[in-house]
Amino acid sequence: MTDPDRPSRTRDEHPPGRRALLQAGAALGLAGGLDRPARAEPTPAAPPAKPAGAHPVARKVAKVAVTLSVNGQKHALSLDPRTTLLDALRETLRLTGTKKGCDHGQCGACTVLLDGVRINACLTLAVMHDNIPITTIEGVGGPDHLHALQQHFIDHDAFQCGYCTPGQICSALGMLGELKSGAASHVSAKLDGPHEASAAELRERMSGNLCRCAAYPNIIAAITDFAGKAA
Amino acid sequence: MRAFDYQRARKPEDALSANAARYIAGGTNLLDLMKLEIERPERLVDLNALALDRIEDLPDGRLRIGALVRNATLAAHPLVVARYPVLSRALLAGASPQLRNRATTGGNLLQRTRCPYFYDPAQNCNKRDPGAGCSARGGLTRNLGILGISEACLATHPSDMAVAMRALDAVVETRLPGAPGETLGRSIPIAQFHLLPGSTPQIETILQPGELITAVVLPQPLDGAQRYRKVRDRASYAFALVSVAVTLKMKQQSVARVSLALGGVAPKPWRIEEAESRLVGQQLSDDALKTFCDALLSGAQGSATGNAADPHRLDNANDFKIPLARRMMIATLRDAAKEA
Ligand SMILES: Cc1cc2nc3c(=O)[nH]c(=O)nc-3n(C[C@H](O)[C@H](O)[C@H](O)COP(=O)(O)OP(=O)(O)OC[C@H]3O[C@@H](n4cnc5c(N)ncnc54)[C@H](O)[C@@H]3O)c2cc1C
Ligand code: FES
Ligand code: FES
Repeated sequence: MTDPDRPSRTRDEHPPGRRALLQAGAALGLAGGLDRPARAEPTPAAPPAKPAGAHPVARKVAKVAVTLSVNGQKHALSLDPRTTLLDALRETLRLTGTKKGCDHGQCGACTVLLDGVRINACLTLAVMHDNIPITTIEGVGGPDHLHALQQHFIDHDAFQCGYCTPGQICSALGMLGELKSGAASHVSAKLDGPHEASAAELRERMSGNLCRCAAYPNIIAAITDFAGKAA
Repeated sequence: MRAFDYQRARKPEDALSANAARYIAGGTNLLDLMKLEIERPERLVDLNALALDRIEDLPDGRLRIGALVRNATLAAHPLVVARYPVLSRALLAGASPQLRNRATTGGNLLQRTRCPYFYDPAQNCNKRDPGAGCSARGGLTRNLGILGISEACLATHPSDMAVAMRALDAVVETRLPGAPGETLGRSIPIAQFHLLPGSTPQIETILQPGELITAVVLPQPLDGAQRYRKVRDRASYAFALVSVAVTLKMKQQSVARVSLALGGVAPKPWRIEEAESRLVGQQLSDDALKTFCDALLSGAQGSATGNAADPHRLDNANDFKIPLARRMMIATLRDAAKEA
């Protein structure tokens, strides 16, 4: 994983090995990745496959105006439309609490709340969020004003390296809102609510957040404790 | 990611008049592929401000789902939960909660295959690069198709939602640019929406360039039971190896009406209506079910494990999908019959 507090590199700066691996895993939505297919032998009849990024056409991009409303603060920006919401938060606004794990919707490290709804900031463009309230981990709480859920993560030792933690916490907050609204999950016996915050429900509902350190039992314990007290 | 021009559409006409543009809705599939430069649109029209995010209970009992309704919203909608539980279940079995909060009805139908060779520009792929050949043959076929595939392409359509919609006989409503200042609309039964690859695997649907999906309409609700069952490599957050969507009505121990679509096995949701008609009036006996499954799996072709050096690899064969699909169809029909 990249250093959380250094600007993350763009795809083209990754060494080819990592890039290729990401691509193979990407197909199946596996963060760990399946073994990568063996490299194709060009068939005699067909020309060798061209790597898609080999000859980027130089092209001027018109910047797009967007006002990002993050943690209650408005930022009027003019952005290359290619900028993902994740990169705008990290690189432009220097809010590096939101992490980049896979950059392909497979890990949940980039989870933020959009109008209270959890989404992956890596698979959406910043310019698609003009004036929509966004909450990142910095808006949830900080060292001198911890959110109760953050305190429960500390109390339950719900992380090791901590890289997935901001995403886990934002995701959990969004998830508890979904649970409260009565929305079912894949493991709910019935489709109509209410549904309990059981361990099985929480595991399924948090399955969009991977933890490479496998702090899962403690993450579930922290959320369970918080949900119990919040209820 | 390649450079593109970006434009926000305020009404469908804006989108339709943006010549040769690609649409972006949730962005969860398109941006993934744009980052890999497998998709390289020159112009992107953002649909998110269009008022296509409603679910309408039509007077005749049908349900119209706007193209921008998010997958999570659709799965939790009281009318979907009450009348089309197979659709809620299929949606909830797909992707992750964060992705479902963004993914839209239109985008889900148009999501592209998860074939690892399509995703890897170092591989040959006729879908990505027509005429280049297909590196998937003899390769890692675990998530590839066994039905409806062709010499040129083995890819499957990965959507769970579409499988349920096929079992429900959904209709896709679209608009396309007509004469200047005009737009035309059409209604496409979902059976005709996705195309088999044949020799042109790059053409995946019946849609014309610039055609905008505005809604998906579900017919009047069916009585009886509905089921969605998905088998995958891990308990959550993984694409289907095989999935089954079923609607079933029994009458005095016999089938009164049935629809069944398979996912994970073909370039489109796989359903054979004639086999369903033949099951009507019969009990779900071993024989009747065998005949039914034989018809659905007729012509199925899987690749057997090809890597002698490493016989324990799990990802280089997909012939297991044939017996798996058979068992899932039987188990799901029998389970549905208990409540049908
Ligand atoms: C890690 C991961 C795991 C996943 N797992 C699953 C899974 O298990 N099951 C499953 O079914 N799916 C799964 N998905 C796929 C997900 O369901 C799709 O990415 C999503 O449904 C696409 O919808 P979208 O609105 O984001 O589409 P977009 O990415 O915005 O668009 C997809 C395509 O549709 C076109 N388009 C969008 N809306 C319209 C419209 N109204 N009219 C015309 N064209 C339009 C776009 O131009 C583009 O070509 C997974 C995705 C990821 C990243
Ligand atoms: S960075 Fe992994 S899901 Fe966004
Ligand atoms: S704590 Fe290290 S990835 Fe979760």
